[in-house]
Amino acid sequence: MTVYLSIILFLPTIFGALALFAPRRLALWTLVAGTVLTLAYSIVMLARFKTGVGMQFITDDNWISELGIRYSLGVDGLNLFLIVLTSLLWVPATVAAALRDWDRPRLFAFFMGIAQTAVLGAFMSQDLALFVVFFDLMLVPFYFLVGMWGGEDRVYATTKLVIYTLVGSLLMLAAAVALGVMSTPAGGHISFSFATLAQHPLSGGSQYWLFILFAFAFLVKAPAFPLHGWMPDAYRQAPLPVILVFSAVVSKVGVYGFLRIVLPLLPQASVHFQELMLAIAVVSILYGSVLAFSQDEARLVLGYSSIAQLGFILLGIFSLDPKGGQGAVLQMVNHGLVVAPLFLIIGYLAIRAQGRESLDWMGGMAFRAPVLATVFLIVALATLAMPGSANFVGELYILFGTFQSKIVYGLVASVGVVLAAVYMIRFYQRAMHNPVGAHVESRDLALGPELGVIAPLVLVILALGVYPNFLLHRINAFAPTTKNIPQVALKR
Amino acid sequence: MNTLNVIAAVKAPVIDYKGISPLFAIAGGAVIVLLAALFRGRFVQRALVPFLTVAALGAAIGLTIWNWHTGDSRPIVEGALAIDPLALGLSLLFYITGLATVAFAWRSVALRESGSGEFYALMLGSIAGMTMLASAENLVTLFVGIELLSIPLYVLCASEVKRETSLESGLKYLVIGSVGSATLLYGLAFIYGATGHTGFGQIASALGNSVSITDPLLLTGIALAVAGLAFKASVAPFHAWTPDVYEGAPTPVTAFMAVATKTAAFAIILRLFDEALVSAQLQWAPALAALAVITILVGNVGAIAQSSLKRMLAWSGVAQAGYMLAGVVVGTQLGLQATAFYLAVYLFMNMAAFGVVIARERVSEHGDGLKALEGLGSASPLLAWPMTIAMLSLAGFPVTAGFIGKFYLISATVGGDWAWLGVIIVVGSMISLVYYLRVIAVMWMSPFKIELPGLPRRREVHPVAGWSPEADPRAQPEVILVTLLMAAATIFFGIVPSPLFHLAHDVGTSISALVGS
Repeated sequence: MTVYLSIILFLPTIFGALALFAPRRLALWTLVAGTVLTLAYSIVMLARFKTGVGMQFITDDNWISELGIRYSLGVDGLNLFLIVLTSLLWVPATVAAALRDWDRPRLFAFFMGIAQTAVLGAFMSQDLALFVVFFDLMLVPFYFLVGMWGGEDRVYATTKLVIYTLVGSLLMLAAAVALGVMSTPAGGHISFSFATLAQHPLSGGSQYWLFILFAFAFLVKAPAFPLHGWMPDAYRQAPLPVILVFSAVVSKVGVYGFLRIVLPLLPQASVHFQELMLAIAVVSILYGSVLAFSQDEARLVLGYSSIAQLGFILLGIFSLDPKGGQGAVLQMVNHGLVVAPLFLIIGYLAIRAQGRESLDWMGGMAFRAPVLATVFLIVALATLAMPGSANFVGELYILFGTFQSKIVYGLVASVGVVLAAVYMIRFYQRAMHNPVGAHVESRDLALGPELGVIAPLVLVILALGVYPNFLLHRINAFAPTTKNIPQVALKR
Repeated sequence: MNTLNVIAAVKAPVIDYKGISPLFAIAGGAVIVLLAALFRGRFVQRALVPFLTVAALGAAIGLTIWNWHTGDSRPIVEGALAIDPLALGLSLLFYITGLATVAFAWRSVALRESGSGEFYALMLGSIAGMTMLASAENLVTLFVGIELLSIPLYVLCASEVKRETSLESGLKYLVIGSVGSATLLYGLAFIYGATGHTGFGQIASALGNSVSITDPLLLTGIALAVAGLAFKASVAPFHAWTPDVYEGAPTPVTAFMAVATKTAAFAIILRLFDEALVSAQLQWAPALAALAVITILVGNVGAIAQSSLKRMLAWSGVAQAGYMLAGVVVGTQLGLQATAFYLAVYLFMNMAAFGVVIARERVSEHGDGLKALEGLGSASPLLAWPMTIAMLSLAGFPVTAGFIGKFYLISATVGGDWAWLGVIIVVGSMISLVYYLRVIAVMWMSPFKIELPGLPRRREVHPVAGWSPEADPRAQPEVILVTLLMAAATIFFGIVPSPLFHLAHDVGTSISALVGS
């Protein structure tokens, strides 16, 4: 029993609230201080994390005993790095935001703070109802962040985003309540704790419809192929720091939900729907890759490439193989780590191309900006999973797991690896090489405000490329859980 | 000798004066307020009369808490009225709504035109009817309560006597309300005819013993009573009057009606179905479930097309009634508790929303139109935040009481084997996002073009953040205060819902015949 996680969880909100009362110019810097402090706490947590012990830093209190909702937090190999990733990526996002001028900066900081708390909460929750609370809460700040500070069509985009995702969330709410109520033994006290729910598995029939509801919520959030309708508008309209965290971190909550909730609590249904989910994953990979290749707007290249990358993660999860599961967790972290600097780079490119983010507008940036070109190249190569990057290891694990269980899907998905190279190299080329665009001003990264923000992220990418075992070792500790899933499920 | 015998045979009912004291406070308050207002001084009209009203409501709250007990009902007027936690708890909601309405009405046109004494006395009279309704133990007191509740409301709706729409609203409500009352009375007569009793307890014990549950006379009576009460609670398909009456009535009265009347209607629906007719549940539950589904869908779809906030809240109120009806259908302890919980939550979020509408319509040239809120986020955050919280809560976002309320209702429906009703609640909430989020977008995300179906193309006006030039936004502190309090309660009970749960749990103990959770 410790309040450690609660501190990490609520620091951003506290600082966000402080920012409401800070002077205008300092509002966002107040939040930056909060995110840095959160990151520091997360790093201490990472250092103290004991590999292979299971759930740690447990906080477990009654919140609403009448409904059986507990305030229950914990960290294990599955969510450890996602929590650290969240704390890490909020720092560059808020710094990038603080370096710009905003309308109503206090509110911006406030909503960014709440958003971080909500995302952290979703990752930390060890209680299904608490997870639902944070999962839904996440939408509120993003609704405002996109709707108040977005581009021209922001209201349309944000309404679409919220309605899409909340339709999923509400279905999940119904499913979560049903799961809790139905798996309570007669006369027992209702509980939503993951551990308790896993002990009372439901019958096959109920598992199937609950699976569909949960899967819908998580696939919308990811987004995966047929449910990604909100993505292009939201990506186009959202302010850059917001879409950075959204793409890098929030999109992972959905796939995380599969690992934390769907596989352990609905094992039979997971096996039953395995092929369907694999098909969705493969289609997402191919569809995302092909569309990423044909986009002119830099943000949408990343948007569609995210669909492809999340398809990979989904593939790993539903290979229902321990290796695939570990690869998926690793790849969640990797994708967050590469997509965040890519969004920062889009911001830098836009500054040099008169604020336009279209690839047609850019070109030839590399001429006088070797540092920018190098940074971009490193990140781009990591994204396309060049051997030597942590992404390579992640994709390898995922494909390995898929080959083990369903080889056909693995073979098709391998094509996606090649396609990733195609769209990333095209993106890099169109922006950095090619003839110099008419309105492009080639200028290298400014040392403080630009390089200072992106360099730490690139260093992390490089370091993990050299030593991916740092992640794998701790994620492997989670393997017993994933390993059990297919066996338990197949036995029935 | 003969006369003496007759006197001995007429047994006066035993009256528990402690138990009936809240009702006395309200009814007595109404009389005193009316008499005090005979003095025409400005001080009396502006200060003394509202103060007396507040004092009466405050006294009633105090006396209700004094009477608080859990468990079975205690008769206060033998065979006619009884108090149990259900009656006491819901009475508290009426009184709180009344207090908020006093503040809302204080500067209203209605009060100026109809006289403050008359206005407040009528309101207290209506509250007395509600209190009576909530503690009714008998079909006759039920009907008397309903009429005492309704008749002052007809007048209150028309209290802005120089505005045609207000008069129209009053008349419409009178006509429709009378039809509703008549239907209800007809139904009650049938139930009496079938069972031979008017007391709820006697009816409950007669059902299944001396009276067959499938007796057509009884079933007709139940159907007619449902229809009559559905009028009062604005449950679809008996809701058609709601948007028109709500829009025409003075807004403080609308707020009062939307919350208190609906709570009163649910008080008696709970009492009638979960207590008196509970053994016939198999007969009425499918019908009520169908009504709940229709209400949820009709209310939410109807609200989408509204450009007037009052109409929008009216339709949303219809939808919310549908959610609560789902709690009644379940017919378990948990369902009863969830409904009571949601009624309390419903009060906070709706009063917050109506408070903002009242504050805005007095100063904005757009009246109660959606446009009156344009740019409110930067112009007046003190109003924009409560409205935002109210909308998020109505839509069921977490960290608001609305989320917990919906969670509770869904878990009650799933627990009572009505899982599909829970799914309908969820589907309704999805539709509702469209109009709740639009309000938030107008306040925070303008300037942009609001496209509303059916709105005639007018000249585009962009006043500075929507305020009329001569209006002072800070001139109505009492409305802002109430609004802020209600919004704060919405958030507070979204994070710390235990006090409301205790209340709901106590309410649940009042009907012990129900299946435990």
